[in-house]
Amino acid sequence: MGKVGIIGVGQSSFVRGFPGSIKELAFQGFQEAMKDAAITSEDIEASIVCSAPEYDKQRSPAGVLSEYLGLTPQPTCYLESLCSSSSMGIRMGYSLIKSGLHDVVAVIGFQKMSEISSAESQERMGRGADLQWESPFGTMMPAYYAMYARAHMDKYGTKPEDLAAIRVKASTYGQINDKAVYRKAVNMEDFANPDSRMAGSVASPLRVGDCCANADGSSCIIMASEEKARALSDKPVWVLGVGAASTTVNLAGRNLFTGLTVARDAAREAYAMAGIGPRDIDVAEVHDCFTIAELMAYENLGFAEPGQGVELIRNKETYREGRIPVNVDGGLLSKGHPIGATGGSQIRTIVLQLRGEAGEMQVKDPEIGLVHNIGGVGLYGNVTILGR
Amino acid sequence: MSKKEIDDRFKKFGTVSFIGQSKVNDFIDYLEQGKIMGTKCRDCGMMFFPPRADCYKCLTSNMEWFEVSKPGKLVTFSKLQFGPIGFENDLPYIIALLDFDEYKVFGRIADQVPENELSIGMQMKAVVNKLPNGQLNYVFERA
Repeated sequence: MGKVGIIGVGQSSFVRGFPGSIKELAFQGFQEAMKDAAITSEDIEASIVCSAPEYDKQRSPAGVLSEYLGLTPQPTCYLESLCSSSSMGIRMGYSLIKSGLHDVVAVIGFQKMSEISSAESQERMGRGADLQWESPFGTMMPAYYAMYARAHMDKYGTKPEDLAAIRVKASTYGQINDKAVYRKAVNMEDFANPDSRMAGSVASPLRVGDCCANADGSSCIIMASEEKARALSDKPVWVLGVGAASTTVNLAGRNLFTGLTVARDAAREAYAMAGIGPRDIDVAEVHDCFTIAELMAYENLGFAEPGQGVELIRNKETYREGRIPVNVDGGLLSKGHPIGATGGSQIRTIVLQLRGEAGEMQVKDPEIGLVHNIGGVGLYGNVTILGR
Repeated sequence: MSKKEIDDRFKKFGTVSFIGQSKVNDFIDYLEQGKIMGTKCRDCGMMFFPPRADCYKCLTSNMEWFEVSKPGKLVTFSKLQFGPIGFENDLPYIIALLDFDEYKVFGRIADQVPENELSIGMQMKAVVNKLPNGQLNYVFERA
């Protein structure tokens, strides 16, 4: 059985309030990926469309996108696992190719978060947890991650300043990523000044600056069988591991609050598939929907022992020049987090890094990269390992 | 034939309830009596909170109720400055998780307990709370 390769990557700019339809938004990521792969719609044998349905007005978006992108009459379907939808799409694309069913598959992620009003969005946020048992208490995404942050601080002595330092790193690279929604610098002083917007409490201990930027955006990844990849591309990047896991929605069903079991479990599977370990990773994209999420990722992926993740940020080891560069494209914190497009965008960043095409964000000569993409509050976890 | 009566007692749970029908709607009757109840599988003995009607291990629905009465340990918490639609009048409020060893309970900290008096590991008890809008939930107080 041959390998599975990635032969084209693309994403739209991540923006606030995309002035067009979801089809036109999806076109932007698709256009860049298809030009990158230098193929046409007829070469795509199947497509997988990924988004989080609570932001969609269109029922069953796969059909309208496949029509607009010229992907009919090939099969298409919609896939969701909240914020990790397009990484799950990569995993499904991998299995379609590995099974021999298709040779070339497009994984299209998109989210027009501004499709619904902010009041509608506020209402949907209330339904993000278990509707029967947790939502009636008035839960929100930041508050759940804040509960993890509180537990991590209590057990390991992690400081709010450690979390702020992760945001400062993200902004360093958001400023040089022309696809990022948040292009401004964030400094430690912004968190220290109580009058600053960044320092305002959202859900203790998390502050405004600890939370990622919502955005509209799209991404597209073109996957191919080894034979097709070698025939169509002179720079394929290979999929070495596709780990995935889930856990309970209800916090009451969990036992760990200083890390995410889904990340740990998905990483274990992905490392085993790839036959490598954390020390072999040269560059990583992790799901920093909140600063604490990046810190926990360091530990769950094995870049640091539990409780030692803070040393990586304190010593700037996760900066571009450090031992294990993480989110050197600005991450979700600065690049933005258009739910269904996020995983594909992370994959794109790593593919560009491995090809040496990341421009100002380029890490020195990486051979193996990792993507950590989480859906919900550590509900779904995907870890994807790519290599040259 | 008379119209079938819908049992939607669960509508009374929480500031905003999103569902009415559940096989564990007796939970609401127990709340009215001041009791917070979980379920226990009569076949394998597993205890469930939140309560459930069915055991996924035994593939049976042979449950009995038990009361959450002893104190639990505070696992973690967060104070919200923003809430979803329908929760504006409750803000700010603290959500939290208590550990009872065999199970955990997710809920809110009682309004009269300030955030700076909370510490992870402290003993707390869950008590039934009547909300200003007539709804029922449960909150955590010092044990």
